[in-house]
Amino acid sequence: MTVRVQTEDFDAGAEIARLRQGNAKVGAVAAFIGVARDVNDGESVAALTLEHYPGMTERALEGIVAEARARWRLIEVLVVHRVGELKPTDQIVLVAVASANRGEAFAACEFIMDYLKTRAPFWKKERTPEGAHWVEARVTDDDAAARWESQKTA
Amino acid sequence: MKLLFFARLREDLGCAEETIVLPAGVDTVAGLRAHLMARGSVWRQALAPGRALGVAVNQDMAQPGTPVKPGDEVAFFPPVTGG
Repeated sequence: MTVRVQTEDFDAGAEIARLRQGNAKVGAVAAFIGVARDVNDGESVAALTLEHYPGMTERALEGIVAEARARWRLIEVLVVHRVGELKPTDQIVLVAVASANRGEAFAACEFIMDYLKTRAPFWKKERTPEGAHWVEARVTDDDAAARWESQKTA
Repeated sequence: MKLLFFARLREDLGCAEETIVLPAGVDTVAGLRAHLMARGSVWRQALAPGRALGVAVNQDMAQPGTPVKPGDEVAFFPPVTGG
């Protein structure tokens, strides 16, 4: 597994190519990219600051990936999450999963994102015409993470 | 013991990091939170029981009952919003 927290942008195509590394056991790659939008809760967003807990961030992401690997047979997993100043249309996060078949790849990719949204120590602050404010956590994110509690797959 | 505060909590408390001596008798996250609340004013408000907060002990997510001891690193923060 590879987990990176960085300010720089990432090239998803290059990262996926590296993830597959010409491994002929890989039959499926599922990837998710989270992107900064210009509107949140009806307010127009000019910029976003991603704060994190250095040290714990990587550890938390590694723990989430380890849980995914315990639930599904995966070949390789990559998580890249940006921090610092971002603006609308900027990429925020990449989760890519390589496995033999698509079932595990799709499920693990969604699982990792649902757990990242509720357990990884990042906090977003948005700048809008009305000023800057911290984004509130969403109940729907907790619900999404909770959904996996009742679904432990071999 | 090293205390860390993040995001909006850091702003509300006006404190990002602090080193304290863990008082005798304070040996859980819940006890530590109550101990900090006892400082009054912004501490009592920001750490009040009704405020949803996450806690980590030595960089692992923790619960109110998680033990704490001298030398630990304990972080308090609002619910996370990454991704």
